[in-house]
Amino acid sequence: MKSLLMILFSVILVDNLVLSKFLGICSFLGLTKNLKNSMGMSLAVTFVMLVATAVTYPIYYYLLAEFGLGYLDNLVFILVIASTVQVIEAIMHKTMPALYNALGIYLPLITTNCAILGVMFLNIDQELSFAQAMFNGLGAGLGYMLAMFLFAGVRERLEDANPPEFLKGLPLALISAGIVSLSFMGFKGIVENLFA
Amino acid sequence: MPAEKKKSGQSAMVFTRGFLRENPLLALLLGACPALAVTTSAINGLGMGLAATFVLLCSNLVISLLRKAIPDKVRIPAYITIIASFVTILKFLLQAYLPELDKALGIFIPLITVNCIILGRAEAFAGKNPPLLAVIDGLGMGLGFTGALFLIGVFREVLGNGSIFGLKIPGLAALGLKPMTLFILPPGGFIVFGILIAISQQLINKIYANEPYTAEKAPRIQMSKVDSGYAGMERQEAERRDRIRGPEAVSGESRQQSSAEAKSKVEKAATEASLKAQPSAVSKEAAEVDQAKQESEEGANA
Repeated sequence: MKSLLMILFSVILVDNLVLSKFLGICSFLGLTKNLKNSMGMSLAVTFVMLVATAVTYPIYYYLLAEFGLGYLDNLVFILVIASTVQVIEAIMHKTMPALYNALGIYLPLITTNCAILGVMFLNIDQELSFAQAMFNGLGAGLGYMLAMFLFAGVRERLEDANPPEFLKGLPLALISAGIVSLSFMGFKGIVENLFA
Repeated sequence: MPAEKKKSGQSAMVFTRGFLRENPLLALLLGACPALAVTTSAINGLGMGLAATFVLLCSNLVISLLRKAIPDKVRIPAYITIIASFVTILKFLLQAYLPELDKALGIFIPLITVNCIILGRAEAFAGKNPPLLAVIDGLGMGLGFTGALFLIGVFREVLGNGSIFGLKIPGLAALGLKPMTLFILPPGGFIVFGILIAISQQLINKIYANEPYTAEKAPRIQMSKVDSGYAGMERQEAERRDRIRGPEAVSGESRQQSSAEAKSKVEKAATEASLKAQPSAVSKEAAEVDQAKQESEEGANA
């Protein structure tokens, strides 16, 4: 349990998906202009991340690795993610129309979010057990949510700022992201001591 | 031959526009993840760029050859499958011949599959242009991406490590200068990338001040349609929902909001094309998106 919690917290804080591993930057920059959208996207990403981990993990270990087809992981994972997103979309549409409407277009866009595919590869690369992989997926999703939440707040404040002309817009957003990322580096070493 | 001249002019335009004006990374902000993650040194930036160029070139060629065979409705899954196959081939080649680079780039090699540049070019260009032009486009865009990654890599390596291509810059220690480790750490990536975008925006505004961007100049290329992936899809989604709910249920406010969002997404021009994107409703939408793009450009220039 301790190792699971350690994985969870270190993925959220120290190895944050967006701010230190640089996964999901497109949606991070694209969707943080508005707090509500960024939260909807993070929820959907976390959910897909968990389902996709639960599906790809057994497929990789019991099907691909078993028959020496490990090199197909790329192709199989992306197809699994794409179909997972489609299935989730259909289920949500029928059972939870309110949430479905709230997430809107961000749901299908998750397929091409490199955060999901990246976490699937990290699970395999780090040779995690199934429980560890699930916690890694959950932590990655929550870390994504935390980064989106913080950065959406920062960006709302940037709207009122009066920066030099040439930094307006994207450059300023990226430099602010750098500073947010810098603040996350302060968490280095905290997780090991938290559970020592 | 005027026709021939026009043709070669067009190929030249297709080739060079990826360098600065439509640079996938600096102008369209596609493929930002690898651009930040692996550019801790010049050589890694170069390697990542060339790897992506290889996949882009191959997938553009194959998709262009198959453009009449792939049904419109399943084109996105088909494109992704083609791209993923080439990424697998690339992974094998790197593991066999450049194991060090393969290790340095890590999961960002398989992640080329979901790199927006490649799917974006497939959707915007290769899917509706002849093979030769598609290859030229892939090469131009790929080189533009490589150049941008290389620049970021050079900046970060020089500032963060005091070296270039792994060789220490002589005389730094004598001057009492120490490398700023910050720049090879994640925050440095964001900051250098931000500054490079600012510089390239200024350059684009200066160089192309007298020829504002219009999609009509390149009628066969139809950039606007897909390069504003998010915007177009949001609009389509909104329209679809309007149809389901019936027009009377749609408040003017939500429409306004979605168009404002669409506009804001255009400058990002993310081409994360969705499985849902439908070929219909495009011409009207393209016109609207063009307008939004111009407006947002004006906003950027102002």
